[in-house]
Amino acid sequence: MLEPERTPPARSTWRWAVIAASVAVLLLLFGYTAGWLAPHRLTPQRIVDALQRNAGLHPGYRRNHAKGICVTGYFDSSGNASAYSRAIVFAPGRTPVVGRFAIPGGNPGAPDGGTPVRSLALRFDLANGQQWRTGMNNSPVFPVATPQSFYEQLVASRPDPATGHPDPLKLAAFYAAHPETGAFRAWAKETTPSSSYVTESYYGLDAFYLIDAGGKRHAVRWSAVPEAAAGASEMASATAPDVLAGDLQQRLANGPLRWRLMLTLAAPGDPTNDATRAWPPDRHIIDAGTLVIEHVQPQDNGPCRDINYDPTVLPDGIVVSDDPLLAARSAAYANSYLRRTSEHAGVPGATRVERQP
Amino acid sequence: MSRPDSFHPLARLLHWLMALAILAMLFVGVGMVATVSTRHQWLLAIHRPLGVTILLLALLRLGVRLRWRPPPLPSDMPTIMQWLAISSHWLLYALMIGMPLIGWAMLSAGGFPVMLGRSWHLPPILPANSALYAWLRLAHGVLAYLLFFTILGHMAAALYHGLIRRDGVLSSMTFHRLPRRRSPAPSTNTAPEAGDIGSPSQTDPPDSPGYGTPPL
Ligand code: HEM
Ligand code: HEM
Ligand code: HEM
Repeated sequence: MLEPERTPPARSTWRWAVIAASVAVLLLLFGYTAGWLAPHRLTPQRIVDALQRNAGLHPGYRRNHAKGICVTGYFDSSGNASAYSRAIVFAPGRTPVVGRFAIPGGNPGAPDGGTPVRSLALRFDLANGQQWRTGMNNSPVFPVATPQSFYEQLVASRPDPATGHPDPLKLAAFYAAHPETGAFRAWAKETTPSSSYVTESYYGLDAFYLIDAGGKRHAVRWSAVPEAAAGASEMASATAPDVLAGDLQQRLANGPLRWRLMLTLAAPGDPTNDATRAWPPDRHIIDAGTLVIEHVQPQDNGPCRDINYDPTVLPDGIVVSDDPLLAARSAAYANSYLRRTSEHAGVPGATRVERQP
Repeated sequence: MSRPDSFHPLARLLHWLMALAILAMLFVGVGMVATVSTRHQWLLAIHRPLGVTILLLALLRLGVRLRWRPPPLPSDMPTIMQWLAISSHWLLYALMIGMPLIGWAMLSAGGFPVMLGRSWHLPPILPANSALYAWLRLAHGVLAYLLFFTILGHMAAALYHGLIRRDGVLSSMTFHRLPRRRSPAPSTNTAPEAGDIGSPSQTDPPDSPGYGTPPL
C-alpha cells in the first residue's frame, strides 16, 4: 500500500471560509453565553450596579447591607433536627459561628432609623470542614419573589438626583404592578425601626430542603428567635443614627446573647419558591438549638468583613429549593464580594479604598 | 500502537476528551457569572468537579506527552510557525493545569469550602485571605479569556494545516483511517505502516480517500 504524496497547498476560498466560519461560530456562541450579545439578560453585574447606583459608591463595603457589625459565638445543637437532616451541625454538640448584624442598603453611613429592616448573617464552621452560611432578615416575608422584580424595585426606588429621594410616582407604579409586595409593605408600615438587634427575630425567608440520613427531603424555612424579645429601647434611644451598634456592645458587655434556631417544616402545598408568602403558623417547628453570641467587633477589621454570606454555601444535609431568589443571591453576592475585596486589595480597575488617617 | 507520524492513541484520546471538557468549562464559566437564573446554581455545581477532573487529566496528559514524544512538525513549516505551534502548546498545557489550580486556590483564599458534590470537598490549598482571593479571581477570569482565544487560534491553525497546507498535522491528532505523513519527503518517514500488524490501514481499501486528500 502506498502513501499518498503530500498534496500541494490549496488556495481555494471555501477552505478559508470554513476556517473563518468555525472561528466566528465559536466566538459568537461564547459571546452569547457570556452575555455580550444579550444586553437584556439580567446579570449579577446589572443588579449590583443598580444597588451601587441607588446608594452611591462606597469602596470596600458590601453593595447591600453595607452598614453592619461583626459578632462571634457558637451554636449548641439540641440534636432535635438530626432526624430530618444529616448535617453534622444538627447532631448534639457545638459549632463555632461568625456572624454579622446589619441594615439593608448600600450606604455604610445610613441612619439606623431609616429602615425597619435588620439582618443577621451567620457562618457555621462545621467540624468536617464544610460550612453553612445564611443571611436572614427580621421581616417575616420578602417584598419580591423573583430576581427580575428585585431589579425592577431597585430601578423604581432610585433616588431622584434633584431631591435625593425616590420618585413616589415610580414607586407607586412598581407596587401597583407587584401586588406580592403587599405583605411586606404592611409589615414595614406597622413596624417601628428597632433600636436593638438583640430583640429581633430573623427569618431565612427562602426555602431549603433538609436531607435526612435515609436521603429523604424535607422542605424547610428557618429563623432565629431571640431569648429576650422585649425591651428593645431599654438601652438606647431609637433616634440616634448609630443606635444599633452601641446597643449591641452595651448588651454584650453584660454577657452572651441567645437566639433559638427554629426549623419550620412545610406541609404539602406550602410554596417553596415564593419568599413573599409566609407559611401558616401551625406548621411543625423544630427547636434545633441555641445560637450564642459572645463577642462583637467593628466590621472594618472584624472577622465578618471578608465573608460572603452566600446562602447557597451549604453542608451535606441541606440543599437549595426551587426558590428563584437563591441563585440570584449567590450570583449577586459573589459579584459584590469581588468588588469589595478587589477594592481592599488594590486590584487594577477597582476603586481605591480611602484609608482612615 | 503509536505510529511515528501521529500522536500516541492515548494522547489523541486525551486531546479530544479534554478539548470538549475545557471548551465546556469555558462556556459554563462565563455563562454562570452572567446569569441570576437557577442555571447559575447547576452550572457552578458542574464547574468545580469538572475543573478538578481536568486538572487530573492534564497531569496524566503531561505524563503521556513526556513519555511518548509527539511526531515532528513538518520540516517545511516556517520557523516562526513552528515556534508558534510549540509555544502555544506549552501555553495550553500551562493553562489547563493552571486554571483549575487557580480556581481551587481562589476558593480557598475566599474562605469557601471547595465542594465537589453535596458531601465531597477538597481541603484548602491557601489560607483565607481576601486580597489573595481578589487577585486570583481576577487571574481566573483573565486567564480564562486567554485560554479561550488561544484555543480559537489553535483551532484555526489546526484547520489551516488540515484544509490549506494539508501536511498531515491535523490527521496526526485525529483517529484517521489512513496513515498520514507529516513531512514532505524524509525517506525515514515514508512507508513503515504497511507491515504494522493491527493497524487500521490494513482493512482500508487502498484507494480510500483519507483526510487531507484533495476532494476536488
Ligand atoms: C434577588 C434577591 C436579592 C439580592 C439581589 C440581594 C443582594 C444582596 C447583596 C449584593 C448583598 C451584599 C453581599 C456581600 O457583599 O457580601 C446582600 C446582603 C445581604 N442580603 Fe441580600 N439580596 C437578595 C435577597 C435577600 C433575601 C431574600 C434576604 C433575606 C432572607 C437577604 C438578606 C441579606 C443579608 C442578611 C445580607 C447581609 C449579609 C451580611 O451581613 O454580609 N437578601 N444582598
Ligand atoms: C480545548 C481545546 C483544546 C486544547 C486545550 C488543545 C490542546 C492541544 C495541545 C496542548 C496540543 C499539543 C499536543 C500535545 O502535547 O498534546 C494540541 C495538539 C493539536 N491539536 Fe489541540 N487542543 C484543543 C482543541 C483543538 C481543536 C478544536 C482542534 C482542531 C480543530 C485541535 C487540533 C489539534 C491538532 C491537529 C494538534 C496536533 C498539532 C501537532 O501536530 O503538533 N485541537 N492540542
Ligand atoms: C480548566 C479549568 C477551568 C476553566 C477553563 C474555568 C473557567 C472559568 C471561567 C471562564 C469563569 C468565568 C470568569 C469570568 O468571566 O470572570 C470561571 C469562574 C469561576 N471558576 Fe472556574 N474554571 C476552571 C476551573 C475551576 C475550578 C477547578 C474551580 C474550583 C474548584 C473553579 C471555580 C470557579 C468559580 C467559583 C468561578 C466563579 C466565581 C464568581 O462567581 O465570581 N474554576 N471559571
